[in-house]
Amino acid sequence: MGNKELVVSALENGTVLDHIPAENVYKALNILNLKGIENQITIGINLASKAHGKKGIIKIENKFFENDELNKLALLAPDATVNVIRNFKVVEKKKIDMPEEIIGVARCMNPKCVTNHQPIKTRFTVKAKGKEVSLLCHFCEKISDTKGIF
Amino acid sequence: MSRKSLISIRDFSKEEILHVLETAKEFEQNREQNFLEGKVIASLFFEPSTRTRLSFETAINRLGAKVIGFSDASNTSQSKGETLKDTIKMVNNYVDMIVMRHPLEGSSRYASEVADVPVVNAGDGANQHPSQTLLDLYSIIQTQGTLEGLTINMVGDLKYGRTTHSLLQAMSHFNPRFIFTAPEELKMPKEYKEFLDAKGIEYIETTSLDEYLNDCDILYMTRVQQERFTDPMEYERVKDVYRLEASMLGNVKDNMKILHPLPRVTEIDQDVDDTKYAYYFKQAENGLYVRMAIISYLLGYR
Repeated sequence: MGNKELVVSALENGTVLDHIPAENVYKALNILNLKGIENQITIGINLASKAHGKKGIIKIENKFFENDELNKLALLAPDATVNVIRNFKVVEKKKIDMPEEIIGVARCMNPKCVTNHQPIKTRFTVKAKGKEVSLLCHFCEKISDTKGIF
Repeated sequence: MSRKSLISIRDFSKEEILHVLETAKEFEQNREQNFLEGKVIASLFFEPSTRTRLSFETAINRLGAKVIGFSDASNTSQSKGETLKDTIKMVNNYVDMIVMRHPLEGSSRYASEVADVPVVNAGDGANQHPSQTLLDLYSIIQTQGTLEGLTINMVGDLKYGRTTHSLLQAMSHFNPRFIFTAPEELKMPKEYKEFLDAKGIEYIETTSLDEYLNDCDILYMTRVQQERFTDPMEYERVKDVYRLEASMLGNVKDNMKILHPLPRVTEIDQDVDDTKYAYYFKQAENGLYVRMAIISYLLGYR
C-alpha cells in the first residue's frame, strides 16, 4: 500500500487514472477532452508496472468524471483503474466498462464517409472481441480500428 | 402514417423482404396502379444515374404520385456550399417521401435522421443500394422458385461492389452458400466475412472464375467500377480480370441464371445474352415492380 499511496498522495482532490498503456497516454488526454483545461495535470509515462511492464498514469486535480466519460477510455486502456481522491484519500476505486456506443469522439477512417465532409457528430457501435476493439460507423457502416482513428 | 425508411437492407426483416417481393409480383401482373394520386415524392440525385433514377421515377409515376427533384447536384444549392442537412430539411417540407442518391457513404442514413418523411436510399457511395438488392432477390425467387438453400457465386469487384455486400446480408436470412470469385485486390472485405462467420454461413473464396462455375444456382457478375478506385494503377491491374463467354457455360447447372446489376462492360460477352442462362435484362425490368412495392410499403399502403 505504502508505495502506491505515495504516487497518488500528491493530489488533495481529483482523479487518478492508472494502468494506461504507456503509448496511449497522450491519446487518453485527447479522448477525455483534457487538452486545454485549466486544472493541474500530472502525467507519468513508462512507469514500472508488475502487471503490464510499462504503464502510464494521469492525475488531474479537482476533476471528477462521469462514468460515461470514463468509459470512453476503455477503447484505449481497457485495464485502466480510476481512483477518486478526496482530502488526500482514495475514496473510490473503480474499473471502467467498454461503452456500447461512442458519439462525437473518434473520426471515421473511411475518407468517403459523410461524417468527414459534413458537420455531423460521428457515432460508432463498439465491437469488442477479446482485447481487440473495433468501431462500426453508424453512418457508412464501415469498421474502423482504434489504432487508426485516435 | 409509417415513418420507416429504407437505407440499408438490414432495415428490413425477413418478413418485410418477403412482403415486398410478394407485392412486386402483384405489380408485375398489373403495373397500372394509381393509389398514390395526390402524393409528391422527391427524387434527389446528387450523383448521376440513369437506370436507377428512371426506374424510381417511373415507379412513382405508375403509382399515380408526382415527382420533383434533380438529376445532377451541380444545379443545386449544394454547389453554393449548402449543407446536406439544410437541403433535406427544405425538401422535407414539400414532399411525402424522399428518394436519394449521394456519393458520400452514410449520407442517406443521415438524411433519414434529419427528415420527417420516409427516405429511400438509391445508393450512397460504395455503401448500400437496398432497392437493387430487393430486385436481385426478386429475380432470384422468380428464376429459382425459392430463396432457400441456394449457392450464389459472386464474381468481380467484391471489395467496392456494394450490390454484393447488400445481397450477401439479405440472403443470409435464407440459408445460402456463397462462392466469392475475385482477384486478391478486390476480395470480399473482412467485415462481411465476419458477418457470415457469426451466422454460421459457409463461403469459399477463389480467384478463378472456372473453378466453381458449374457449382452455383446464381452467378452474380459485377463490373469493376472505375469510379470507386482511389488508385488508378490498381484499377488498371484488375479491370479486365474476368470475362464470361457462352463457350464456358457447357456444364453449368440447368437452373443456373446469370445476374448483373448493369451496366456491364467486358465482364459478360455479348454472346452470353442469347443463352438461356442470361437474366440481367429481365432483372433490370424487375427494378420497376420492386421499387413500386418499396414505395407503397414505406408509405403505408401495401
